Amino acid sequence: MLGAAIILFREVLEASLVIGIVMAATRGLDGRGRWVLGGIGGGVLGAMVVALFAGAIASAVAGAGQELFNAAVLFAAVAMLGWHNVWMTRHGREIAGQVAATGHAVKAGERPLYALAAVVGLATLREGSEVVLFLYGIALGSSSTAPELAMGAALGLAGGAALGFAIYWGLIHVPMRHLFTVTGWMLLLLAAGMAAQGAGYLVRAGILPTLGKRIWDSAWLLPEDGVIGQILHVLIGYDDRPNGMQFLAWLATVAIIGLLMRRFGRAEGVPRVAAVSGE
Amino acid sequence: MRTFTIPVAILFAAALWAGTWPAAAGESYLVVFTDNRLDPAELHVPAGAPFELVVRNADATPEEFESHDLDLEKVIPGGTEARFDIDALEPGRYEIFGEFHPDTAQGVIVAD
Repeated sequence: MLGAAIILFREVLEASLVIGIVMAATRGLDGRGRWVLGGIGGGVLGAMVVALFAGAIASAVAGAGQELFNAAVLFAAVAMLGWHNVWMTRHGREIAGQVAATGHAVKAGERPLYALAAVVGLATLREGSEVVLFLYGIALGSSSTAPELAMGAALGLAGGAALGFAIYWGLIHVPMRHLFTVTGWMLLLLAAGMAAQGAGYLVRAGILPTLGKRIWDSAWLLPEDGVIGQILHVLIGYDDRPNGMQFLAWLATVAIIGLLMRRFGRAEGVPRVAAVSGE
Repeated sequence: MRTFTIPVAILFAAALWAGTWPAAAGESYLVVFTDNRLDPAELHVPAGAPFELVVRNADATPEEFESHDLDLEKVIPGGTEARFDIDALEPGRYEIFGEFHPDTAQGVIVAD
């Protein structure tokens, strides 16, 4: 039972934390609940389809299909997060100002909510397909412990979801004028962590070089498969034994999205005073 | 932008030159998931030589083969197998397991 709880907790955690941060990052926008729910629904449906074709995906591209699929999903999410962040550095202040002034949600307007909905969907899809396969195994197994396993799975699911709520609850207590700065940083680190994971898959698939197998080992200090390690793994991309390519991908993502945010993220009509040091 | 072009180009060149591409696999070793256990539970391989690890799932249900020590993770549908090229290992013990059945599906690769 404990084993089942731990698996579900781990698999749900990533999607749950992503949803919590996205809900906070879209605070004050009309219709965000619909978009996020749509993302979750689409992700769950997609997870079932992926699970159904797990065999075909695994054997595709000379056995590297699973790695390539995971990498593609992760990099798509990174691109969406980057796009959203660049957009928000331009418009975030106006939104925060309006919400603070009127106390009402503002119309989403041109804001690319679909980008964050897609991020939620992709996170749900990737981890969800493993959950579906695991539950399918329980359902198919004739073992007498199936009810106990199902119970454990439900507990793990609840635990993972609770952490998503916790991070949302914490973030909505951030003052509105700072909120989008905080969520922007969190989404940036989330993107960097996803890029590192994606690079890890491409290394496993033999497409990217390793650049050093284990550039550090902090498993003795903070094991990645522990609860705190898992949470940090999702939030900032913590890896207790990363390879050089994963580290490079992490740095490159922070640098590229950060640079784009500086380069394109200025509100129209605002004098470019701060630009001097930026170029 | 030019200031960035050079470091990026250097990084790319370094990536290509210093890259340790998967070594050509030598000997092939097999472990099998059967009744949600790993068989053999302890697999001996020679240290210092790259090898191919074949993981077969003889059960009807899917399993996720994992090893933190070897940085492996792959879902293996029932009745199929997966292959991994493993670089030369230092002598030591490397844990492997099936994530979907962590209570029973535990094993170790011993490089000696």
